[in-house]
Amino acid sequence: MFVTSAYAQTAPAAPETPAAPGAAPAGDPHAAPAGEVHTETGVAHGGEHGGGTFPPFDATYFPSQILWLVITFGLFYLLMKKVIVPRVGGILEHRHDRIAQDLDEASRLKSEADAAVETYEKELAAARSKAHTIAETAREAAKGKAAIDRAAIETELAQKLSVAETRIGEIKTQAFAQVGQIAEETASAIVDQLIGAKASGDDIKAAVAAAKTEA
Amino acid sequence: MANDPIHQFQISKIVPIEIGGIDFSFTNASLFMVATVACAAGFLYFSTSQRGLIPGRAQSVAEMSYEFIAGMLREGAGSHGMKFFPLVFSLFMFVLTANLLGMFPYFFTVTSQIIVTFALALLVIGTVIVYGFYKHGLHFLQLFVPSGIPGLLIPLVVAIEVISFLSRPISLSVRLFANMLAGHITLKVFAGFVASLGTMGALGIGGAVLPLIMTVALTGLEFLVAFLQAYVFAVLTCMYLNDAVHPGGH
Repeated sequence: MFVTSAYAQTAPAAPETPAAPGAAPAGDPHAAPAGEVHTETGVAHGGEHGGGTFPPFDATYFPSQILWLVITFGLFYLLMKKVIVPRVGGILEHRHDRIAQDLDEASRLKSEADAAVETYEKELAAARSKAHTIAETAREAAKGKAAIDRAAIETELAQKLSVAETRIGEIKTQAFAQVGQIAEETASAIVDQLIGAKASGDDIKAAVAAAKTEA
Repeated sequence: MANDPIHQFQISKIVPIEIGGIDFSFTNASLFMVATVACAAGFLYFSTSQRGLIPGRAQSVAEMSYEFIAGMLREGAGSHGMKFFPLVFSLFMFVLTANLLGMFPYFFTVTSQIIVTFALALLVIGTVIVYGFYKHGLHFLQLFVPSGIPGLLIPLVVAIEVISFLSRPISLSVRLFANMLAGHITLKVFAGFVASLGTMGALGIGGAVLPLIMTVALTGLEFLVAFLQAYVFAVLTCMYLNDAVHPGGH
């Protein structure tokens, strides 16, 4: 605060101070026009307000500032409106579209992949069930064939068994039938040996039959 | 004179032009207006000329400023306000570039001239008034009559609203102007301390360290202020444009 007021004090003195370096031989030509302008504005203000010169409030250059601001800012605005804003907007929109398009493409590919996986799994399941069916049929067929074979073998065996049994029966009956005859012959021979006389056939037959029934 | 903190705001003629007795000279202020426009436009033009799908560093900055202002305007004035995008974007870029260019030593700060900031503020308010009446006719005056006010208070409230509306260009322009002016004066004063203490021998040089640190810190602060004031100018422009787009409600 102290400093600013000190500098503010030098400001009103400005109209006087340039006079000294201007008069001094040390003043280079470069400084001269600057000092001149300073003096000019300082005097103008001193006359109008009787106060210090403060360049931003110096109305001398207001028209010039406004004119050049209108020219430069107007050109800048036109350039922004006609070139830069559409261009940057276009770049951003294009990128936006591109990203959206890529996302769409990605989701499309993903759904395709999903569909492929689904088809694959469906086919896999179908193949699995088909394999299962084939195995089942094979097993069933094998089982059936085995049963048929067994049945065939069993019937064959049963047939053979019954044939064998029949033959055994036949042989047995035949044997039994021959047993009487043998016994009669044996008995007649024994009787012959024992008593030296022939026993009648009928008696022996009866005796054998009696023995047979007893046994 | 080298230490005069006011000297940096002095306008000097480069090409004297006088039309009809009025001084329209091409001054150092005009030169830096041209420089501001050239820098801002050149940067935006060349950084986006590739139209890269994947932006480079410069294109990113251009796109970021575009989206920054677009978001600000959409938030402040709704999607109907987007027709003012070129205006708000131009104002922001112009003020920001002018502020930042002013940070170079020996450069003239365009926005430290009240007439420049006032002209820009008038452009904003003029746009609000013209568009408001063009779009809404006399309904635009609803802006000054907030709904839900008891009848007795209406004249008072209307008076307050009118005054607040009229003070907008002043506050808008003075805020930017005063910030830039005060910042540059402070910087110059502290830098001046360094120079004048430096001539006072060993003790002075030791003492000059403090204002030097202060100058460095202030320079950082001034860069922040340069951006912040451009941002504030753009935000307030968006808010005022919202009144032109939606004068009735908010």
